[in-house]
Amino acid sequence: MSNSVIKCENVFKIFGANAKKMLKESNGNVDAKTFQENGCIVGVNNASFEVAKGEMLVVMGLSGSGKSTLLRCISRLTDATGGKIYIEGQDLLKLNNKELIDLRRNKMGMVFQSFALLPHKTVVENIAFPLQIKGIEIEDSISKAMDMVKLVGLEGRENYFPRELSGGQQQRVGIARSLAVEPDIWFLDEPFSALDPLIRKEMQDEFLRLQEKLQKTIMFITHDFDEALKLADRIAIMKDGIIEQLDTPANIVLNPATEYVRKFTEEVPREKVLLIEDVMDKSDIKDLSELKVFKDETIENVAEKILSQDKAVAVIDGNNKIVGSINPTRIINTVFGGRKNSN
Amino acid sequence: MEYIKKYPKAFQWLFLLIVFFGLCFAIEVPETYKFIRGQAEFVKDPNQSFYIFLGKEVRYYPFDVFWRLPPLLGWLPIWINDSLFFLMNEWLPMEFWNEDTQSYKTRPLVLQITREITSVMTFLIELIRDILLGGLKTIVAFTSWDFVGSNSWAKMPGLPWTIVAAGAAILAYQLSGKGLALFAGLVMVYISIFGQWKPSMQTLSFILVAAPLSFVFGLGLGIAAFKNKRVEKALYPILLVMQTMPQYAVLVPALVLFGVGDHAAVIITMIVAVPPMILLTLLGLRAVPPEVIEAGRMSGCNNWQLMFKVLIPTARRDILIGVNQVIMVCFSMAVISAFIGAKGLGFNLLLALNQLNIGLALEAGLCISLIAILLDKMSLAWANKQVDYFGNLTFYERNKNAIYFGIAVFIGIVLAYLGSFYFKQGFNYLFEVPHNKGISTADFWNKGVDWIFDTFFVYIKAFNTWLIVEVLQPMRALYLRMPAVATLVLVVGAGYLIGGVRSALVVCGLTLFIALSPWWDRALVTTYMATFGVIVSCIIGFTVGTLCFQNKHSANFMLGVCDIFQTFPSFVYLIPVMMLFGITDTSVLIAVIVYATIPATRYTIEGLRSVPTALHDAATMSGVNKFQRLTKIEFPLAFPHMMLGLNQTIVFALFMVIIGAFIGTEDLGQYILKALSDKNGAGIGLTLGICVAFIGLIFDNLIRTYVQKRKKHLGID
Repeated sequence: MSNSVIKCENVFKIFGANAKKMLKESNGNVDAKTFQENGCIVGVNNASFEVAKGEMLVVMGLSGSGKSTLLRCISRLTDATGGKIYIEGQDLLKLNNKELIDLRRNKMGMVFQSFALLPHKTVVENIAFPLQIKGIEIEDSISKAMDMVKLVGLEGRENYFPRELSGGQQQRVGIARSLAVEPDIWFLDEPFSALDPLIRKEMQDEFLRLQEKLQKTIMFITHDFDEALKLADRIAIMKDGIIEQLDTPANIVLNPATEYVRKFTEEVPREKVLLIEDVMDKSDIKDLSELKVFKDETIENVAEKILSQDKAVAVIDGNNKIVGSINPTRIINTVFGGRKNSN
Repeated sequence: MEYIKKYPKAFQWLFLLIVFFGLCFAIEVPETYKFIRGQAEFVKDPNQSFYIFLGKEVRYYPFDVFWRLPPLLGWLPIWINDSLFFLMNEWLPMEFWNEDTQSYKTRPLVLQITREITSVMTFLIELIRDILLGGLKTIVAFTSWDFVGSNSWAKMPGLPWTIVAAGAAILAYQLSGKGLALFAGLVMVYISIFGQWKPSMQTLSFILVAAPLSFVFGLGLGIAAFKNKRVEKALYPILLVMQTMPQYAVLVPALVLFGVGDHAAVIITMIVAVPPMILLTLLGLRAVPPEVIEAGRMSGCNNWQLMFKVLIPTARRDILIGVNQVIMVCFSMAVISAFIGAKGLGFNLLLALNQLNIGLALEAGLCISLIAILLDKMSLAWANKQVDYFGNLTFYERNKNAIYFGIAVFIGIVLAYLGSFYFKQGFNYLFEVPHNKGISTADFWNKGVDWIFDTFFVYIKAFNTWLIVEVLQPMRALYLRMPAVATLVLVVGAGYLIGGVRSALVVCGLTLFIALSPWWDRALVTTYMATFGVIVSCIIGFTVGTLCFQNKHSANFMLGVCDIFQTFPSFVYLIPVMMLFGITDTSVLIAVIVYATIPATRYTIEGLRSVPTALHDAATMSGVNKFQRLTKIEFPLAFPHMMLGLNQTIVFALFMVIIGAFIGTEDLGQYILKALSDKNGAGIGLTLGICVAFIGLIFDNLIRTYVQKRKKHLGID
């Protein structure tokens, strides 16, 4: 893919004294157990994927699954033990220190789980920090930072210190800071995990609104499967350092690749996650009822209407063109049926 | 057998004790053994044996190796001396430009370096002294004596005391608020009125040089250790030894390198004050959350920006606590370094103690303590002060304290000027109250001491005699009765039972060093005095701590008392005990007990407090009464922290025992003090210091290992 912004090829991250040597000897076939016996811990095991421009990839996994380690390899906060990482075609691991700093100052932004604000700086100073580090004049940086304060809705609190803000507000500052340099690539490491459920939902909506506007290339880390479903263009599910499955939310729910992934999908309310498009029949577009539904609707929204019909219902796209059909049985099968769609 | 299986540890300890006492009884005291043997005195005596090592003759009295080990390290002090001498006088002579004679002169490198450092220090101290007290030495440094002699205006006027007092109050106000400002003002006024201004400012100028320098070096080394594991590994043993090293012991080598005077005192103070600063810097930097560091990196910080814009500001509080520690050490050293000629309150205190003028000593001691408390409170307030935002304030609001200070300077100068007309006797009291013209309470105190002596002499003496004859002498005899091998077995066995082979090897090494030095007997006396002090301190401290803990207010009050007592420079403790008990071992021991009770009490209260409230609630719901809660819940959980208190108590006790040598004891401290006036004392002083440090480290190692294990076992951090 030519427009991939982040590209990983066989990335490994192994902790331990002999990690490099052992990786070489294993020829790319890393078994976590044998490594552990030799005093090495496998963080990321053979990760290969690409993230396209403007795409949001959510990496989901439980604690210890290596998701944060993967992110830190790609932001080079830690050096990968093996494999190749390209950022906009540049070989990340070959950059020297100065080039790396340049890349971070201009292309990357990152948000942290514990907010990681500087306690001695006010809200606006925190946001202006990356700009000042870059060497921008204090006044310019502050005025730019004020724009960011407005963007995340913290007007009137710009002279507060982090200690005077709630968790949600602190994370807004974290978000504003990571966006201050207008990066192309946006890393978010469990940004909402430390927040209360209600605030978390509010921040997720806010985040979607921002992304709608900014269209960044995003890697988003979470341990919350619902959050992943809600936000992601694609989801990568990690376990023990291995990416178990990388696919769109709908495909993961409909076709879990492994038993481990299936366990996550079991409890998911499918009618809320799946779109008509995901379950419609593309070939059979004859003998349809009068009712038409948009392909982007969630099942939840139109199920009642479809179930009231005897025949299959036409599915249309934005141009009012019929692209497929869906019959009530399929709705029932999808929502209540077995774990696999009978495609 | 069942019991052995049930309590294996207890039986292991019992076995160790049986072996220990068995050895004690099996090995008889040699007939030739006497305590004061002068092993290391280098006096020739036909009964002595000798060996030659590195060309040095070491003489000693031979005993059965089970009873006392031969001083195989006896060459060490001599060797240190020779090395120092060689470094200073012979090693690497180089040509240096001499400003005075306008010619090159050949001098050994180290000598030249120490002389350069000396002149820089002297200049800094004189500069601050000239600002605070007036004088012409700074101007001389830039010009010449001739210039000053021919220009009568070339003299720093010095600040009137009113300005310094106002400045202190304003600074205290900015750091903390009205309360501290009032205290600062009162302390300054007190110092002035009681005629202690000049020595106080001399002490202050010494601290104003030593503290910032210690801060800079400590911060720098702390950063280096944080960045580089190898630096940390190299520094760690030094930091460990310096924590338990008696401050006396550092005096002697510094004397050789830097001579006598304020500058040498500053350097010694730095040697003592830098280690805690390094430790706290490291601690603070380590405590910065990793995500904050990552946030800094992702903001595109280079290493320099990361350190100075992210790490250090985030670790601000710990670093400022380090500053507080540095200031406290400086005060302690301000007194001790009077031994090598530092001017100021410490010198006056020492002089008064030497003359047994308790009244004068008390006045000087009170002044030191007051300034110490003031600076302690001010630096703590600084550490705890949150950064403020000034962007939206007016110029006046932002700079009001500076403006007030400006006004104070103006008023002070006007007052001093008016004073010069009003006071005709030649003393301008609004400028400076001279030393002998202030109010003095010395007579009052001296009379008080006399009265106490006249009234209670009989009782004090009876108590004194009883303590010495019935308790101290037998205890000392018991300690000296221990054969070296038995002691070694006991210590190493304890190390093995507590921390396994590793601990056993560490304590074995430390003990062997002392046993192989020429001062094993002295070390036993030091240990006996410290042990006595620690036992009494712990009984008092644990009891008082437990009682005070029962009520929140009394606990807070007690912690406050501990804070204040801990601020007193250690030497000050000798004043009241000398007042009451004169020059005896009892005095030293009572000073030890008072001083060492502070950590015992503090750690007891803190330990009991650290028991989680959830456990309190759980216990209450299980229906325990107060006593049951204390014995079944609070004590077991607080025990590890109380053991850390014991550790501190031991360090404090050792420290005071050594200082007590000033009053006159027969232990290692006495030898250190002797080494001060000995031309070849540097090696002896240093080795003795290491011996004392090692005694502390043996206990430190055992207790810390135990506490770590216990905490892990209990699952508390």
